[in-house]
Amino acid sequence: MVPVPTAAKTKKRPRKSGEGGLVANFRYDLKNNKGLLGLTLPAVAWFLVFAYAPMLGLVIAFQKYSPAKGIFGSEFVFLDNFRFFFGSQDFVRVTVNTLLLNTLFILATNFVAILMAIALSEIKNKYFKKVSQSVIILPHFISWTVVALLIEAFLKTEGGFVNNILAAFGAEPIKFMQTPELWPAILTILRVWQGAGYSSIVYLAAITGFDQSMYEAARVDGATRLQCITRITLPLLRPTIVLLLLMAVGKIFNGDFGMVYAIVGNNTLLYPTTDIIDTYVYRQLMEQSNMGMSSAVGLWQSIMGFIMVVIMNKVTKKIDSDSALF
Amino acid sequence: MSRPATFERNKIRVTAGDRAVSLVFGALVTLFALACLLPFVLVVSAAFTEETALVKNGYQLLPSEFSLNAFKLLSQTNNVLDAYKVTIFITVAGTLLSMLCTCAIAYALSCQNFRSRGALSMFCYFTMLFNGGLVATYLMNTQVLHLRDNILVLILPSMLSAYNIFLMRNFFSGIPASLSEAAKLDGATDMQILFRVILPISTPGIATVGLFYALSYWNEWYKCMLYISEEKLYTLQYLIMRIMRQINYASTVPADVNLYQGALPTYSFRMAAVVAAIGPIILLYPFVQKYFTSGLTVGSVKG
Repeated sequence: MVPVPTAAKTKKRPRKSGEGGLVANFRYDLKNNKGLLGLTLPAVAWFLVFAYAPMLGLVIAFQKYSPAKGIFGSEFVFLDNFRFFFGSQDFVRVTVNTLLLNTLFILATNFVAILMAIALSEIKNKYFKKVSQSVIILPHFISWTVVALLIEAFLKTEGGFVNNILAAFGAEPIKFMQTPELWPAILTILRVWQGAGYSSIVYLAAITGFDQSMYEAARVDGATRLQCITRITLPLLRPTIVLLLLMAVGKIFNGDFGMVYAIVGNNTLLYPTTDIIDTYVYRQLMEQSNMGMSSAVGLWQSIMGFIMVVIMNKVTKKIDSDSALF
Repeated sequence: MSRPATFERNKIRVTAGDRAVSLVFGALVTLFALACLLPFVLVVSAAFTEETALVKNGYQLLPSEFSLNAFKLLSQTNNVLDAYKVTIFITVAGTLLSMLCTCAIAYALSCQNFRSRGALSMFCYFTMLFNGGLVATYLMNTQVLHLRDNILVLILPSMLSAYNIFLMRNFFSGIPASLSEAAKLDGATDMQILFRVILPISTPGIATVGLFYALSYWNEWYKCMLYISEEKLYTLQYLIMRIMRQINYASTVPADVNLYQGALPTYSFRMAAVVAAIGPIILLYPFVQKYFTSGLTVGSVKG
């Protein structure tokens, strides 16, 4: 229903007779599907080196890591890194910021995306629909570094686009770069600008898949267009909305490092509202060279993220067993 | 959609409310589309504006004084040319490598008679849920693989993504199995089937996933920041990042004591750099876009 690739769909098909356990399957493939096994080799090797091997490196989270001694020589301090992090003020700040920003992003982006999808589905002019759809997806492909430069042009205190407009109305210029309170809103707007058009494809695809005869029947019976939307489109769209929201909530602990670091960077004035777990981990590593601590915070984030995904998947399964990830 | 016009005229009354709904939706889409376009217009306009006019009037929708100086300066700047070369190289070479490996495993995972596909899917999927984190990855790339200041660090660590593999697999799953079975009966190997039978009919899927990979390489700056210290190997996006950091530094220092002001790249120069960085995307986008929506949705409607 939704273009969300999942791993386990293949697992749901009834097992063919003769399909056995992991090892038996592998033996069978080794005998009969050598070619296919060969095709998976480069990717499997890549995952082992670049995805699985670093997981072993997580032991650093429990060490007082020193580069000179390496992973095997460094002293084990067990939970000290975690204790230090949980005891610091940073813990509350970066966690709250990460969760708050992501909540704002999820709600705002999905709201606008649904609105845009419904609006696009109601537009009958083919060319207008096509062009506007292309345009609203475009920002998704622009990197945050470029957006950061645009932000500079927009929000500069002197000569910035927004402050120029304010000045034209005789208002006082706003010092955006020194006002942390404004940034959750600014980042949310940016996120909507960048991602809502893209997310609307998913919703639009779902709406396009609805049985059109329902709409015709409703119209013949005298329903207005607005009633068609509130009584047909929205209820039918509900499972998709719920599913996408749940999946987004599953990722709520993963901050958008690319966005925040590119836009906020080292502007410490804005940290109170914009410093997230990911930027904190980065600073611990690159600026403080505190690898044990950085690794511990990263591990804590990974575990929380993992738990969230598992919980959200359980909830999804209850609502709609076909959409569950695993 | 395809009902006859007479039927519509007779049975369905279009009320004033309906027309208002259309109008409001049309206006909403137009507004959002304009908001998406506005920044691009501002940047292009600023890039073509004479520097002095830009400082005096700020950013405007149309250049107040047309000038190509920023682009002239840009084309004469050595590190911009180097950055272009690096970025084009990693985008082309990286996308090719990524697509080869992605299509290979995705095809295998889409084959019904491939019994390890469930286990291998899980093997890929787990990397979407859990990862070693920044520190371990950093140590892996620098201490074990010794990729620091090596152009390969911009390609290898981001070569595959489980998400893209599944997107591609779902796309391949939509192709009737009879095609590959027929080829197999004719004695084709799996590799031949993939390249001669499957890939030629998978343009939307290849375009979509290829675009994702190409963009991630084109927009690369994070790995450049982590692993590259040699200026010759900077990517375009990282160069922009550096340019911006210089501005931010300048803005934190009061103007009258700011000795660096003169050495800073000018505003129009920066905007020209942005145009250089996003220009290729905007030029390529219309060609890929027509496959894009169908590739993303059709390929995954049925796993």
